[in-house]
Amino acid sequence: MGSQALSQNNETFEINLGPQHPATHGVLRVKLTMDGEYIVDAEPVLGYIHRMHELMGENRTWAKYLPNMGRIDYLSALSYNLGYVQLVEKMMGIEVPERAEYIRVLTTEMNRISSHLLWFGAFVLDLGGFTPLLYAFDDREHILDLLESVTGSRLTYCYYRFGGLYNDVDDDFLTGCTQFLKRLRSRMPMYHKLVTGNVILRQRLVGVGPLSAEMCRKYGATGPVLRGSGVNYDVRKNEPYSIYPELDFDVPVYSDGDSMARYMVRMDEIEQSMRIVEQCIAKMPQGEIKAPKVPKLIKPAIGDYYHAVEAARGTFAIRAVSDGKNQAYRMKLRAPTFCNLSLYQEASKGMLLADALAFMGSLDLVIPEIDR
Amino acid sequence: MAGYFNSILTGTKSLVTGLLITQAEFFKKPVTLQYPHESLEMTPRYRGHIQLVKNPETGTHQCISCGMCQKGCPSGCITLKGVKQEGVKGKVLVQYDLDFTTCSLCGQCIENCKPGAIEFSLEYNLASTNKEDFHYDLLERVKEQK
Repeated sequence: MGSQALSQNNETFEINLGPQHPATHGVLRVKLTMDGEYIVDAEPVLGYIHRMHELMGENRTWAKYLPNMGRIDYLSALSYNLGYVQLVEKMMGIEVPERAEYIRVLTTEMNRISSHLLWFGAFVLDLGGFTPLLYAFDDREHILDLLESVTGSRLTYCYYRFGGLYNDVDDDFLTGCTQFLKRLRSRMPMYHKLVTGNVILRQRLVGVGPLSAEMCRKYGATGPVLRGSGVNYDVRKNEPYSIYPELDFDVPVYSDGDSMARYMVRMDEIEQSMRIVEQCIAKMPQGEIKAPKVPKLIKPAIGDYYHAVEAARGTFAIRAVSDGKNQAYRMKLRAPTFCNLSLYQEASKGMLLADALAFMGSLDLVIPEIDR
Repeated sequence: MAGYFNSILTGTKSLVTGLLITQAEFFKKPVTLQYPHESLEMTPRYRGHIQLVKNPETGTHQCISCGMCQKGCPSGCITLKGVKQEGVKGKVLVQYDLDFTTCSLCGQCIENCKPGAIEFSLEYNLASTNKEDFHYDLLERVKEQK
């Protein structure tokens, strides 16, 4: 379609989308070569919010690197916390008490719901609908209040510790979660009625930005982007960690590959996360929240370590190389959005500009996570 | 032609559905707060900047100047100094400065503190155009604390 879009005299012009543009949700710059309303080439230019998180990991002790995790992807910070503490626990062979595992999964899934709700609001806002954003933020606010009552922060959480948690949850939190789930369950049909069924939304999403499973594989796309293209891959099922094997939940997969499919995957994921949270509350065991013997000085044995978790946007993986010292020799963070964005250049060729923005919204980009 | 009228019909239906949902919100209580005029009380676990805990019995802090908070801080935002004084066991804290501009509120200082001498404050209405306003002298603050 790209070549068809070019006019006969082959006149093109360049425009910048971003680095400060509301639709990019951060400081992403996309250099667009346009032919009228059609995109000939879209080149993402990264690095505007690069903070050297990987290098920081190589210059700080293992424990001091913990607060960095909440700053990579500030919308699903707990998944990143989880990935990092589990990596260190793997390296050091620390056994985590069951209660701590349940609380970790519960809070991570609540965080996933809040992340998806924010995406939902912002995405519909990109498409020109303002009201759903306010409703989504209203619900998200409840999650933030609940998580704040436990973790002490609202966005950049630093709640998990090597071998356990910073502090325990109380019954008020669990009751609050149950009440919230009841509320969200009653709100979901409203969201579907107001947004999913809306004619304008459907016309802007159905068939827009089709991604084949092959293209997702080529660029390493994961998470809802991959599952929207019909590939059933979820780290929670494929490489299970924590207590996920004990929980009953489904992985939503849609095979259409268009923006609507990615939208539906995330909406279904909210439902599945609600199921997980419910099970965690029901099964929550009593007991310790911190492993009894956690070495004060973390010095992992020499080796190459890898751990992956399913964050809200896809597979977040850490590869750490330890040379036996109290700092990592190499810290590699695999951020899902970076891979999800990399297919944008190829996939957006020949698209209308307005469609390309809808497509970008469906990828759920978090720019600080791309740059790290 | 049938498709044309059909899309007008579904479009109108979709519009009315949306309007009915949003209209219902008119009759609900507002969920927002008129912020500078009203503000929320923070939960007990809220992480504001750190402060020295005031011991109600002695009327002062319980810091033993061990420096573990300083050592554990990822951002190096704590500077403290303890000096030996005659007749007093251990060191006496003479300086405890917090550079809140670089603090990431991770709570590692509090976890490292064995005597439990520091805690999170519940302050969140912090705004200033001057960076120096976020360099806190915690020793001075503990005296002012009620």
